[in-house]
Amino acid sequence: MQFETISSISTPVGEGAIAIVRLSGVDAIEIADRLYSGVKKLSEVDSHTINYGHIVDPTTNETVEEVMCAVMRAPKTYTREDIVEINCHGGIHTVNRVLQLTLNHGARMAEPGEFTKRAFLNGRVDLSQAEAVMDFIRSKTDQASKVANQQVQGRLKTYIESLRQSILNILAQVEVNIDYPEYDDVEEATTSFLLSEAKKVESEIGKLLKSSAEGRILREGLSTVIIGKPNVGKSSLLNYLIQDNKAIVTDVAGTTRDILEEYVNVNGIPLKLVDTAGIRETDDIVEKIGVERSREALKDAELILYVMNNNDELTPEDIELLETVDDKKVIGIINKLDLEQNLDTDYLESHFDIPLIKTSIINGQGVDDLENEIQRMFFDGSISSADSTYVSNNRHINLLEQAKTSIGDAISSAEIDVPVDIIQIDLIKTWELLGEVIGEDVSEQLIDKLFSQFCLGK
Amino acid sequence: MTGNMKYDVIVIGAGHAGVEAGLAASRKGLKTLMLTINLDNIAFMPCNPSVGGPAKGIVVREVDALGGQMAKVIDKTHIQMRMLNTGKGPAVRALRAQADKVLYQQEMKSVLEDEPNLDILQGLVDELIIEDNEIRGVKTNIGTVYEGDAVIITTGTFLRGEIILGDLKYSSGPNHQIPSLALADQLKDLGFEIIRFKTGTPPRVNADSIDYSKTEIQPGDDVPRAFSFDKTEFILDQLPCWLTYTSATTHEIITANLHLSAMYSGVIQGTGPRYCPSIEDKVVRFNDKPRHQIFLEPEGRNTKEVYVQGLSTSMPENVQRDMVKSIPGLENARMMRAGYAIEYDALVPTQLWPTLETKKIKNLYTAGQINGTSGYEEAAGQGLIAGINAANKLLGQEELILSRTDAYIGVLIDDLVTKGTNEPYRLLTSRAEHRLLLRHDNADMRLTEIGYDHKLISEERFARFNQKKANIEAELDRLKKVRIKPNAHTQSIIEQRGGTALKDGILAADLLRRPEMDYESIMEILSEDITLKQEEYEQVEVQIKYDGYIKKSLQQVDKMKRMEDKKIPENIDYDAVNSLATEARMKLKEVKPLNIAQASRISGVNPADISILLVYIEQGNVKRTGS
Repeated sequence: MQFETISSISTPVGEGAIAIVRLSGVDAIEIADRLYSGVKKLSEVDSHTINYGHIVDPTTNETVEEVMCAVMRAPKTYTREDIVEINCHGGIHTVNRVLQLTLNHGARMAEPGEFTKRAFLNGRVDLSQAEAVMDFIRSKTDQASKVANQQVQGRLKTYIESLRQSILNILAQVEVNIDYPEYDDVEEATTSFLLSEAKKVESEIGKLLKSSAEGRILREGLSTVIIGKPNVGKSSLLNYLIQDNKAIVTDVAGTTRDILEEYVNVNGIPLKLVDTAGIRETDDIVEKIGVERSREALKDAELILYVMNNNDELTPEDIELLETVDDKKVIGIINKLDLEQNLDTDYLESHFDIPLIKTSIINGQGVDDLENEIQRMFFDGSISSADSTYVSNNRHINLLEQAKTSIGDAISSAEIDVPVDIIQIDLIKTWELLGEVIGEDVSEQLIDKLFSQFCLGK
Repeated sequence: MTGNMKYDVIVIGAGHAGVEAGLAASRKGLKTLMLTINLDNIAFMPCNPSVGGPAKGIVVREVDALGGQMAKVIDKTHIQMRMLNTGKGPAVRALRAQADKVLYQQEMKSVLEDEPNLDILQGLVDELIIEDNEIRGVKTNIGTVYEGDAVIITTGTFLRGEIILGDLKYSSGPNHQIPSLALADQLKDLGFEIIRFKTGTPPRVNADSIDYSKTEIQPGDDVPRAFSFDKTEFILDQLPCWLTYTSATTHEIITANLHLSAMYSGVIQGTGPRYCPSIEDKVVRFNDKPRHQIFLEPEGRNTKEVYVQGLSTSMPENVQRDMVKSIPGLENARMMRAGYAIEYDALVPTQLWPTLETKKIKNLYTAGQINGTSGYEEAAGQGLIAGINAANKLLGQEELILSRTDAYIGVLIDDLVTKGTNEPYRLLTSRAEHRLLLRHDNADMRLTEIGYDHKLISEERFARFNQKKANIEAELDRLKKVRIKPNAHTQSIIEQRGGTALKDGILAADLLRRPEMDYESIMEILSEDITLKQEEYEQVEVQIKYDGYIKKSLQQVDKMKRMEDKKIPENIDYDAVNSLATEARMKLKEVKPLNIAQASRISGVNPADISILLVYIEQGNVKRTGS
């Protein structure tokens, strides 16, 4: 049995040099062919072959990525459906684009665990494994929704909520006109009213998508500075971050590993470590570039990792520096836990509202805590890139794409003067899709809105 | 139980749900008994004298297409008919009639009396007779037992009804009739979960005491209209309604006496509907509004009672009188009935299968307000479905469950049994996901075949329906083939309508898609006489004009239908499905959804739970075929 075609990135994000976008379903090969350009069409190649070619965006004719496409025809595949695996090398940003292209050309984003579910439903996985399949779906989903929820916290959530609110206002006005045609207290929602409101919404969604399409955050990374006195362990931290997290291969011209900036991916969050060469060479950014310049670097930084030595006493310079920086974007790192404590941590805790992470970087101790803290601060909005409202989750991008199409449909209907209640169909769809992005249950909201806003009834 | 009267189906109640249930069961050939507390109150309208309106009007047509009675009776007995939302799209147009309450009742009673398999009998049911969780019959307050293989309860607001006026609260059915108390107790004892709801009605005044010069006239349409698809004699002699407003004085009176209103003094505990608030509620919650609309609606041709729509209240009678007199046009109005609020028992509707049979007691059905709804139309729709299903079950035939994509009745029942309701439920067009498909004009196209399959549509009507369908399809085909040339005749007609001139020839259907064009203008261009009936060419027009939108809706419907096809075995043990989230497991056990589509609509059941459920069911299927 073949189901509709699903697609997802089947390799862990940010790890490994190759990332695979996997398509499974009845149109898998056809969809891949729309994007693939090679010697032969994928529909013409033998099953279970790997084919060299390029992924080209059909709307712009731009070559997105150099790829190897594995074509596997049903039934001898993992899901017992047609499968195409697109092997990409160009880093997370490019892989995301390839995935988005498959979604824009007929595939649907796979639900967590869905490939395995299909394998089971198509009889590929043994009956005795059903229990495991169900557990797998559960854990995959919980994990995915946790990540997704984290990624729509903060400003992005507020932004989408306000977008939904403006759509809801339009919807309520139209609904009131329909269900209470004699109610004289509300203006008739005209097509031109609808059109202007819908265009605003479309432009906002467009902006969101643009920021994600540029992958600005992924290319730039959060500008991060590691500071601290000599010999507190800055370079160990730097090296550790680089070893522990695969350095990001960027497509920004001229950036290479050991000049001034280093790119790392910490729990999915890209960091641009600034002035790394300085750390390497002199082990002391403050000393090398002078206090003024270091202040400047600190001002531009989006995240500051302030490293201290557990074994040292707290000095007035430490305090002065901590006082000059914005609390919100600093993480205090108390390193060298393995040595005797001389640092007045109580003073730090009572005078500064910053997270303090205790590490022994040399022993790899506490670095996970640091990485988790960075992730937490990023997703709750404490630290953010200059362009802070952006979407990075593929599922969200996909939903926003659909929302944009849907509001576009509403607009083109309004332009040819289709009755408002028909335009309403696409508006409701847009509103529901945006609700899905922030994980809101939509069912009763419109009706609640009607009765709270308007005085209706006989 | 020998020597008792024996029936196939017994209906308790003869309101809008009861009459449809009784008629459906008896017309399907089953010996049916309808018991009502007062034979003079069959199909009584205790609240507003109107039938139809947005969503509700579509339900009336659906009832008709399925072989129900409401549409035919209102077509015969209305005093005014209006098509609402004519300025909007086809999906939300709706017919509404002002009823002659008395004539409506008389007409419905005579229909019931003429039904050969139906006995109507005055009597108060005090007890359900149940053996092994299966219904066996009923017992009345005077001790008579009637055996029945299926029982349908349609008690409306009678179940432990209590009327409230100011600080006065007394046990009563609507309009001061005998309430049903013993049955209410029994339902509770049987373990049914009961909710307490509240609704209300405004005062009535004498027409002769109204100064109409201070009001605006609200006439009916001057085109003949009818709900039923059956041949009808149109009523052209219509009575108008009148519009006036509350005044500042009205609001002062209400504010000054708020402590006397049952709604605000704490006397009322039941949950009232938000869509039908009392005037006290309107004044308090929307205190920035200087005035509220009041519609004066005649209750019939042979009565002077006028329904003061918009003034629903539970104030003491003397305050009501002052309120009435503060309204322009009603300064000298003589009140004939005071308004009141009424509280009543309803069943939590998630205790029902989508057939409206209770999950707890086999062959016991409930329909109408007892299921937490409000409105005559919502009641009629449920009554019809309960009647058909009770009969089908006894006849060993397949039960009827309308999908959300088939009918508003399907939306209504699915909402009730899947989500429940925490206020009296009213249908709104926004409750339907696919309202473009659920139009008033295509109710017969959607449902006549189902009505026919369930033996409630006559051969004659079915033949007429098939003819109509064929005519529409032939015309659709034709317009998709006929080419219109861009000659002077064509261009002048397009120009008259404000359209841009044609550059090339165009298919008639494509030209009809333009917003400024309609079927008549296309026929004018083609220089042809219109031979189709209006309801036929309206179908043609809608289907061509909104083709793209309809197709889009149909795609979504297909998806949903596929999920509906995935049945959940009745004996599924949700506790055995380990990976389900706790909340989802609880909800699934309560609602017992019949298929995956229904399961996915339960709040708290998320897509992962649905996937897990699918895998589990598939595992079961594999096991069964393997053994």
